[in-house]
Amino acid sequence: MNTTKRQKQRKVLLMGKSGAGKSSMRSIVFSNYVAKDVRRLGATIDVEHSNIKFMGNLMLNLWDCGGQDGFVENYLTHQRAHVFSSVAVLIFVFDIESREFAADVISYSSIIRALAEHSPSAAVFVLIHKMDLVQSRLRQQLFEERAEYIRAASESFAPTVEFFATSIWDQSLYKAWTQIIYFLIPNARSIEGLLRELAEVVEARELILYERTTCLMVTHVTRDVEADNPFSDRFERISSILKTHKQSMAKHTGIPAGSANFAEMQIKTGRFMFFITRLTENTNLAASIPPSEQVFNAARINITLARPRFAELDVASKPRPAVQQAFAHSAETPAEREAAVAGFEG
Amino acid sequence: MEDLPDAEVPHTDPVPPRFHTGRLPNSKAGDGKPRLLLMGQRRSGKSSISSVVFHKLPPSETLYLETTTRIKKESMHSFMDFQVWDFPGHLDYFDPAFDVDNIFEEIGALIWVIDAQDEYLEAIMRLNTTILNLQHSYPNINVEVFVHKVDGLSEDYKGDTFRDIIQRVQDELSDHGYENAPVSFYQTSIYDHSIFEAFSKVIQKLIPQLPTLEALLNSLCSTCHIEKAYLFDIMSKIYIATDTSPTDIGSYEICSDYIDVVIDVSEIYGWPRGEQNGEDESLTETGNNDAESLITMERKGNNYLYLREINKYLALICLMGDDSPAEKKAVIDYNVGVFQAALKQVFPRAERDAVDAPAA
Ligand SMILES: Nc1nc2c(ncn2[C@@H]2O[C@H](COP(=O)(O)OP(=O)(O)OP(=O)(O)O)[C@@H](O)[C@H]2O)c(=O)[nH]1
Ligand SMILES: Nc1nc2c(ncn2[C@@H]2O[C@H](COP(=O)(O)OP(=O)(O)OP(=O)(O)O)[C@@H](O)[C@H]2O)c(=O)[nH]1
Ligand SMILES: [Mg+2]
Ligand SMILES: [Mg+2]
Repeated sequence: MNTTKRQKQRKVLLMGKSGAGKSSMRSIVFSNYVAKDVRRLGATIDVEHSNIKFMGNLMLNLWDCGGQDGFVENYLTHQRAHVFSSVAVLIFVFDIESREFAADVISYSSIIRALAEHSPSAAVFVLIHKMDLVQSRLRQQLFEERAEYIRAASESFAPTVEFFATSIWDQSLYKAWTQIIYFLIPNARSIEGLLRELAEVVEARELILYERTTCLMVTHVTRDVEADNPFSDRFERISSILKTHKQSMAKHTGIPAGSANFAEMQIKTGRFMFFITRLTENTNLAASIPPSEQVFNAARINITLARPRFAELDVASKPRPAVQQAFAHSAETPAEREAAVAGFEG
Repeated sequence: MEDLPDAEVPHTDPVPPRFHTGRLPNSKAGDGKPRLLLMGQRRSGKSSISSVVFHKLPPSETLYLETTTRIKKESMHSFMDFQVWDFPGHLDYFDPAFDVDNIFEEIGALIWVIDAQDEYLEAIMRLNTTILNLQHSYPNINVEVFVHKVDGLSEDYKGDTFRDIIQRVQDELSDHGYENAPVSFYQTSIYDHSIFEAFSKVIQKLIPQLPTLEALLNSLCSTCHIEKAYLFDIMSKIYIATDTSPTDIGSYEICSDYIDVVIDVSEIYGWPRGEQNGEDESLTETGNNDAESLITMERKGNNYLYLREINKYLALICLMGDDSPAEKKAVIDYNVGVFQAALKQVFPRAERDAVDAPAA
């Protein structure tokens, strides 16, 4: 009972013209499809709902709204209040290849107005999609032109709308979705705090928390030298690496992709050591540490010991009321929370 | 007809080796660099293959490749050096204007690319003319036929096309009295692992040490209960040897994907950190300089995949069986050490290179 109360349902609308790529990205991010599988998808009839449990109390209530004109008409009229009320996030997908960009923007405007009416505090993310179809040297400019034009049509959301250039063929899709999810996780700050303390204890250069099914990053902590890491896109690159690996394992072992999880992956080199291991029911933790067997072994042990504390922040599917209450309390007062998490060894 | 266009000739030794026999270059490892010639019709996919395999071009980007107008010669520096020559599709390879000997001497393999999604009768005709022309002066050249772009075909159609092409080539050659021509056929696509598998097999034929490598891998597999072991060329993801147990593309795929994971993560975190990083310097000394990686699976609970960098160019990848549990790690470490030492004698050059400055 008190667990369901803690879980935050967030309604997310996924909209855009038919064929823009909405269901494709949903299947890749949430259902273990690979990019070349999406050609099989048919047009979405009306709305497809999915509920996705996520790290940190989040229950994503995703509405994949079929984009054919008749359906959109219906969302804007008969179903207006039903579709557009209590929306946390609207994700609007534009197809970069569309020959009717102006018409797409007009349709976007009508949706924006319906959203402003029923959910004025929603956040809007615009994905300019299928960027792989544009030659790489033209991408940035085209993206900026389109974004500017769309922002101008965003009415009351104009100052806050965020734009991403995406493609299912590279990690840009993960970059966009990571930002969206981060925005939605209610207790992201507490998770981050806990992660930071763990990083100190295990002497990690970097710790990254990944959601297990989607491989999206929940949050990360970067320390010392690693702050100068020249690969600023590494978080989504690792998402993409993990996802691909998961599919590869699934294909080879015959285990369904949803459960083809590794217990641990280690990489040791002269410059760094890295491992990724299960942290909680819904998360994997990736750790980059200095190249030392001692530090490596100690870090693995300390991370195992820290599991229960992170479990408390995860979706509470296995309730342990006493602990949860204690934590819920400490989460409200940072000083107490810090006291509660100090020393993972104990 | 046009002249043989100039091409960027890769840097070679000032004094070229003088003793070609026109035989397999691998009969004299070390002198000269075996060549892989990519030939075939226009738009059959030659440049795409070379870019995807040797330059890691994402397959979808090959759509933007322009037609090749002059022979593109590239040197590959790896566990062994070889050259890849990408030919324009429209050239007559036996035009007297060309220095035929210059093209076909030193050759390791002739790779003939046929677009399986297109009309292929003319391609087969040209292939056969080429084989018959070569038969006299260079009877030992390996002819490798890539029936290419099979990704666009249904399973049935793919099989039929493949068989039809083989049949036509063989029939025509035997009509000309050439039986048992050294021609092999592969089904390939740049959109999956098949092109790498095919290249692996082509390259393996050029490695004189292959039987030794296979024996070493066999013995490693049996001592450590390894299901399948591959020796990979890290950069190209071509495997240069595997143990002699049956191979399936599935095991190759998972190992190849695994190399990607390790390479990608190593790129991300292997960047050179300054000396002034504040971390205890003594720590850096304990790290293993040959990268090593291990994956344990959740369901099985035991080791599943193991990777060990053998030298600058090669990595050993092992797929574990159900009976190779985690505590055997020490046994594996020991035996891989033995394997590594043996390999040093088979390929001394990797060690040499590590000392010499890398070639330009
Ligand atoms: N080149 C390219 N094609 C894409 C990309 N994303 C999706 N597609 C293609 O776009 C087509 C349409 O995708 P869907 O996801 O079904 O479109 P949708 O937006 O869900 O359409 P409706 O359900 O009718 O609203 C598919 O055939 C995909 O192969 C991308 O990033 N790049
Ligand atoms: N479907 C599919 N298309 C491929 C494959 N390999 C190459 N292509 C496409 O084939 C077209 C021609 O490729 P190229 O590599 O330029 O062909 P080429 O043989 O070098 O052509 P020339 O230089 O004119 O002789 C490109 O559009 C590639 O994207 C493949 O495996 N599958
Ligand atoms: Mg859809
Ligand atoms: Mg070409």
